[in-house]
Amino acid sequence: MSVAIEPAITAAPPSGLWRRLASDALFARIAVIIFVLLLWEIAGHTVFDRDFISPPSAIIAALPRVLSDPNILWALSVTFYELVVAFFLALVGGLLIGIPVGLHGFTTRSALPLILLAYSIPQVTILPLFVLWFGVESASKIAFGVSHGIFPVILNVIAGAQTVEAAHLTAARSMGATRFQILRRVILPHMTPSLFAGLRLGMAATLLGVLLAELYVSTGGIGYYTKLYSESFDPPAMFALVTCLALMAVILNETVRRAEKRASFWRTQGDGPQSPR
Amino acid sequence: MNSMSSGWQARAIQIGFVAALFLLWDFAGERKLINAILLPAPRAVFWKFIALAQTSALYTHLLVTLMELVLGFLIAAAAGLSLGYFIGRSRYGTIVFEPLLAGVFAVPIVIFLPIFLLFFGIGPSSKIAFGATYAFFPIVLNTIGGISQVDDRYVRVARAMGADDVQMFRRVLLPAALPVIVTGLRIGCIIGFLSIIGSEMIAGIDGLGSQIVRLGEAMNTAEMFAYILFVIFFAILLNTGLSHLQARFAIPGDGR
Repeated sequence: MSVAIEPAITAAPPSGLWRRLASDALFARIAVIIFVLLLWEIAGHTVFDRDFISPPSAIIAALPRVLSDPNILWALSVTFYELVVAFFLALVGGLLIGIPVGLHGFTTRSALPLILLAYSIPQVTILPLFVLWFGVESASKIAFGVSHGIFPVILNVIAGAQTVEAAHLTAARSMGATRFQILRRVILPHMTPSLFAGLRLGMAATLLGVLLAELYVSTGGIGYYTKLYSESFDPPAMFALVTCLALMAVILNETVRRAEKRASFWRTQGDGPQSPR
Repeated sequence: MNSMSSGWQARAIQIGFVAALFLLWDFAGERKLINAILLPAPRAVFWKFIALAQTSALYTHLLVTLMELVLGFLIAAAAGLSLGYFIGRSRYGTIVFEPLLAGVFAVPIVIFLPIFLLFFGIGPSSKIAFGATYAFFPIVLNTIGGISQVDDRYVRVARAMGADDVQMFRRVLLPAALPVIVTGLRIGCIIGFLSIIGSEMIAGIDGLGSQIVRLGEAMNTAEMFAYILFVIFFAILLNTGLSHLQARFAIPGDGR
């Protein structure tokens, strides 16, 4: 479906490196990344003020120093703990709300607009309330992460529960399946692809919520140290810390994405239900 | 199924739920069941809101945030549209660059906020840069998606009839890709607004976000709620306004 608007390369045949760049997408992608890092490195030594931006080499050099600080390791592990707990709560809450709402047409029609209404409130505006209600410790970060992560899960669980065919439910019931068996053997397998799509979106949202709250107010967490480093003009350490956080985010995102791929391998592509928005 | 009557019942449940929530909140506020610092009564918030609308403080902060949004969005739109066009018009460029951009967008950009603050200071420029960065990604990704998904036949027909690059863009690519691109602009604008509010909260002097935080820290929750209410109204207004704008560009009968 894509368009090749450019005419086929007809000019003089390019040399080896250029040909590789123009034909091997992965090679070209890595080349782009290296090019950007190089540009950053050169700019870091010439254009940018070293008090504000550090080149990649300085960041890598600062990594051992940052990671050997037990306080930093503690802060990173606290953030990781907050992310995992918030994600788990979003998953459980999303299932508990989504399945009953999605299974019956009437509950969907009455509750879905309410859920969408709550979802349309920009949550970042109520961040101070979370701190007011849950304190400055982990609880407020977890609560804010859940408030971000739960909505994609709920909406996708509803969408998944709607795809459960009534005939399958009737068949299971007529064969004497209990409620739990119906849930375990019919409903959950049916909505797996859409549940995992929701989990992927939910993980991205949870990351946003937890990190936002962490940066907003923090006592000895990641937010505290990023502030400390930037106020003490130690950008290599701050960049190193941000790199660690980015890596954590990538790993968590990738874990859920792989789980999604595994869970929906038996579905043909594009068959998964869309979120009802 | 009798969908007519159940639709009416569903509506009744929704209205009833929201009304019950408000009544409970009001009751709890009036009877002082909840500390007014943690949750002010709805009436107090309402009167603060009315009082606020009559002073200039609200508009001063709104103006700062709006200025940041407009500048950030313009930067993001200019960069996203042009980059997206040049990447999306080549199939190979799409294959190379699209995963890179999508990969960066998968990282919550909020963790880079300290870098923005360090580089641009705590004034409006760091919010503009941060909002522009957040808004850039949906715009560029949707532009790439829109341009690269234009039906191959249209492009070939136009080429065969001798269209040059400008004509191709003006008459074929732009009209066919516009609905997707406009969606990207809408999402970018909303995300930009929310990230600007968020960055104002984390570090800022002026603007709606920093005002909410300042009132919260002063335990003036009734006024803080009034500000929050205002921002929520504004965000919903922005969203519906942009949705209407987007609907005008939708392909008739496309259903998207």
